[in-house]
Amino acid sequence: MSTTSSTIINLPDQRTATLPKRNYLNNEHGLLSWLLTGDHKRIAILYLISITFFFFIGGVFAGLIRLELLTPQPDLMASDTYNKMFSMHGIVMIFLFLVPSVPATLGNFLIPIMLGTRDLAFPKINLLSWYLYLAGGTFTLAALIFGGVDTGWTFTTPLSTHYLNTNVVTAATAIFIAGFSSIFTGLNFIVTIHRMRAPGMTWFRMPLFVWAHYAASVLMVLGTPVLAITIVLVALERTIGIGVFDPTKGGDPLLFQHLFWFYSHPAVYIMILPGMGVISEIVSTFSRKRVFGYTAVAFSSVAIALFGFFVWAHHMFIMGVSNYSALVFSLLTMLVAVPSAIKIFNWAFTLQKGSITFETPMLYAFAFFGLFTIGGMTGVFLGALGMDIHLTETYFIVAHFHYVMVGGMLMAFLGGIHFWWPKMTGRMYPESFSKLSAVTSFIGFNLTFMPQFILGYLGMPRRYHAYPAEYQVLNVLSTAGATVLGVGFLLPLLYLTWSLRYGAIAGNNPWQATGLEWQIQSPPLTENFIETPIVDHEAYDYEWLAHKTQQEVTTVG
Amino acid sequence: MHISPVLWQFLVKWLHASALFPSEASTIAPYTDALYFFLLTITAVGMVIVGILVFGFSIRYRKERHPVAIQVEGSTLLEATWTIIPLALFLVVFVWGALLYFRIYNPPVNSMNIYVVGKQWMWKAEHPGGQHEINALHVPMGRPVQLTMISQDVFHSFSIPDFRVKREVIPGRYTTVWFEATTPGTYHIFCTQYCGTKHSEMIGEVTVLTPDDYQRWTQGSTSGMSLAQNGERLFASMGCNSCHSGNAAARGPNLAGVYGSKLQLANGSEVLVNEAYLRDAILNPSQHVTAGFAPIMPTYQGQVSEDGLIDLVEYIKGLQTNYRVQQTLTTSQSNQVAPTTPGMVKP
Repeated sequence: MSTTSSTIINLPDQRTATLPKRNYLNNEHGLLSWLLTGDHKRIAILYLISITFFFFIGGVFAGLIRLELLTPQPDLMASDTYNKMFSMHGIVMIFLFLVPSVPATLGNFLIPIMLGTRDLAFPKINLLSWYLYLAGGTFTLAALIFGGVDTGWTFTTPLSTHYLNTNVVTAATAIFIAGFSSIFTGLNFIVTIHRMRAPGMTWFRMPLFVWAHYAASVLMVLGTPVLAITIVLVALERTIGIGVFDPTKGGDPLLFQHLFWFYSHPAVYIMILPGMGVISEIVSTFSRKRVFGYTAVAFSSVAIALFGFFVWAHHMFIMGVSNYSALVFSLLTMLVAVPSAIKIFNWAFTLQKGSITFETPMLYAFAFFGLFTIGGMTGVFLGALGMDIHLTETYFIVAHFHYVMVGGMLMAFLGGIHFWWPKMTGRMYPESFSKLSAVTSFIGFNLTFMPQFILGYLGMPRRYHAYPAEYQVLNVLSTAGATVLGVGFLLPLLYLTWSLRYGAIAGNNPWQATGLEWQIQSPPLTENFIETPIVDHEAYDYEWLAHKTQQEVTTVG
Repeated sequence: MHISPVLWQFLVKWLHASALFPSEASTIAPYTDALYFFLLTITAVGMVIVGILVFGFSIRYRKERHPVAIQVEGSTLLEATWTIIPLALFLVVFVWGALLYFRIYNPPVNSMNIYVVGKQWMWKAEHPGGQHEINALHVPMGRPVQLTMISQDVFHSFSIPDFRVKREVIPGRYTTVWFEATTPGTYHIFCTQYCGTKHSEMIGEVTVLTPDDYQRWTQGSTSGMSLAQNGERLFASMGCNSCHSGNAAARGPNLAGVYGSKLQLANGSEVLVNEAYLRDAILNPSQHVTAGFAPIMPTYQGQVSEDGLIDLVEYIKGLQTNYRVQQTLTTSQSNQVAPTTPGMVKP
């Protein structure tokens, strides 16, 4: 397998290879050693298990939604149940899966190693952030068990404050708590990136993965408190009626929209930026080339983070905001689309003159290119003022953000999980199965969400339990696609679990990648490095890697 | 190739009954569709370029053909190219979209006005001539129609996909949208903002009629009282006329001809009197005291429904003289149906 020319996988001789005797997984034993750990790698694993759990819960809701929409009639469940389904799907997927997905798992695991340090700046706060996440998750489950919540994930007032009789406050508490978990993660990353880089690791030698996380962390730290405030105001309005959002008491319901989207728009960049970081690493590794226009890609992350804060009102174009403020927000929305285009072209040109192989992570990266380009371009549709009037609040919106969030972020997440799986566990996953799952989810995804663009242009509103009969064909296609997509997501769960025990021993650097994380043993030691690395080369320096490998061979020989 | 005739019939019927593209039934629709097709084109071109780059490079530089990568630093020229060209395209889209937005949200001056009240979970349309409709709207073809909309409870959103128009319907403030239907027929009305349990049942049909049919419809379905007449009755029964009598010594300002004028307020500011101002002044009088008057008017928050407010607003809009106000004051039974005045009924 390792000798064919079509792959770069380079595994040690399986007859003699063993996992390293000491590593972060077997350094200490027992449940308590996990629950009280300060090790960023163990916390990453804890996060990985918990977000996977919530991903499949959210996925079940998605499946039930699609099943209901198979027929135009509201026949599978009651309207209230359906409303709870899409609300819980949104809340679970956004706050408990997408926001922590890459940063809290891959970011947590890799940022200290990529920077050449032992751990994050505040290991105990890192653990606290996982417990807060868990508390948020528990409150969400409580809201679910005590009857669910049907506000939609957007908590629109005055519906959420005055008109619903479900567990709004419980769900709001869940989001409030989970928000602090992401603030702590962001804070930890910012301090670590500023203060704990290894000697010689200058800002422009950092992998782009770290740059993307830096930008996302700034968004988390500055944006999430606004969400917390908004959620508290909703809870206070609901419980004691303070009237901030209530027009009969002189409040303004539009104020809620402003506050909510001030977080929730940057939140989509919190979700996508770390995914972009993953793609940079994968594309470079499998084309054996440094990322084309390193500084352009790095600064485009920062530009997205900066502009991302000033476009929130594009969610409110039809809500009677002043025409002129709508103009400004539309213009800024067009500007924020540019850095994403820059990234796509830079990744494409990274392939040029490379030596490309097509292992699973690369397939996920290709899926990301296609789906994210569609997701990004349809964002331009929605940013155009007059177009938005017809498209907003329809299935076009649903399709657009699923293309960005699932097609973009989830593909990047899965690509990243496959890419770093050998580093995290020391074992390879079965290559043919994983390629199958990448292709399956790509096909399933397009089949699910492409018809929704057409439905949206036809005018089918989102969050509809029943719909006019002429929309059925497209909905049937979408539901069929969701089934395929479900298989595509279930496969990795199965074979990755299988590989924990039966996968081939991966060795230090199965991909022959340049990152510092690939120069140490897999799984790494608890302290990551035996001695602090001194960085004397830029990121993605394949000549340095070749030189280093050559030296190793000569010393051994 | 043989397809079972049964299956064939089924497929044909299925596809005929299903929609792939909405009909263009308003003057706005072709403009919206033009921008849509432009956007689809640049998306397709963008996809083709990215596709050619990714697949072209993948084939040309795959490991079998190109075993050793050649390191390239980057290129300022290329970076500038793919910054400036997308930016220029997006700016074109921005300008185009903005023009369309202003076209959709700025009604022509000659448009006829229909009020729409949204509530959980129905649309109530109120025509000036007194026709009331639930989850239905009859409009004439070839005439600009403005909808002045308000919600009685939560956020709703009024959408007619075949006209390509949509606007949020918000509690506590009027929002407007306009359209000019071009083809007779019936089209969907959807509530597109999630509004609770029966969100997906908050649907209706807009019926576009030829001018003649519309004339017939307005005559056939009026309740006998125009909105303004309802408003006049409400005005008298709530005792508004005792202060707003138009007398020189009256405690409230004269309302005749106030609509459309610039009003000097007690706090020094100047406002244009429109529907929204009249509504706010009834609900929140202390914030809207006309200069020269004492802030003695009580709030009517919670005492008048949105429908009642619309009636009152329509009444004050059409009020040209105080003759009838004073007449009503002297009548003992002020809550009787007021006699019709010529020129008050607007079909």
